[in-house]
Amino acid sequence: MLNPEDLGNLARALDMTSDEELACDECFEKLDRFVEVELDGLDAASAMPLVQDHLDKCGDCREEYQALLDALRVEKGWTPVSLIWVRMRRFFQGDRGQG
Amino acid sequence: MAKRTNEEWLAALRGSGQDRAIGDLRAVLVRGLKVTFGGRVRGLDETAEDFAQDALIKVLNNLDSFRGESRFTTWAQKVAVRVAYTELRRRRWRDVSLQETLERHAGAGGEPALLTDRASSPERETARKMMAETLQSFIAEETTDRQREAMVAVMFEGMPLEEAARRMQTNRNALYKLLHDARKKLKRRIEAEGLSAKEMLEALGDG
Repeated sequence: MLNPEDLGNLARALDMTSDEELACDECFEKLDRFVEVELDGLDAASAMPLVQDHLDKCGDCREEYQALLDALRVEKGWTPVSLIWVRMRRFFQGDRGQG
Repeated sequence: MAKRTNEEWLAALRGSGQDRAIGDLRAVLVRGLKVTFGGRVRGLDETAEDFAQDALIKVLNNLDSFRGESRFTTWAQKVAVRVAYTELRRRRWRDVSLQETLERHAGAGGEPALLTDRASSPERETARKMMAETLQSFIAEETTDRQREAMVAVMFEGMPLEEAARRMQTNRNALYKLLHDARKKLKRRIEAEGLSAKEMLEALGDG
């Protein structure tokens, strides 16, 4: 069942596992605030570490967070080209949820 | 479009100026969705309108749950993004069954820690194989059938949590908790055996 890729994914997921983690609903509740803190140039991850922790672990929530961030960045004056760069960087950093 | 405070948005959406406020909010949501899905969704104009409409209904039905911790439009856009992704994931994974996913994974696994990395040393391959067998036995002993299904679908096969949840007759939040519980149990078991996930990563060359 466990091929080398699974093994790596599982070991990484276990290494990141904490006793206290937010689940998706709690993360969603705080996501709008989290994104605004980030857009204000503040350190959202330090201000709301459990939200950041959930986003690091949950692919679904991370995808929605990035989408919301993109939409609000354009409202703030970012250009579509700068968004493409951000998306490319995310793509090359890889992505997989742990649940 | 009129700039409104949060209180003004709520009052307008609940009051006599509702039609205009709804039109303004719809425009905000459509614009945001087009940014988010530009270049990635076919028929974007129509799709964004449809998603915005569904999101508007959700927003209007849940005005009381807005706690004022962000701008109202940020909160509404968050709802729209969730609505859009829920539907897009459903469409993308429509033809994939959980059973097929589990079977494909079981078939692809073959021998634990199959030797696929040509640059890997024999020592590392032996360590990988032992680790895979050890983890495999911990998984069998510590997790339920349901947790194992969710682990394979989400963690190994990359199925969105929401789609795995739909197929398992649960919801995304509950499935996250189920997987979190499985991860905690496995982590504790590894630690009880005097190991750590970090050491495992190092042995795999990922640490």
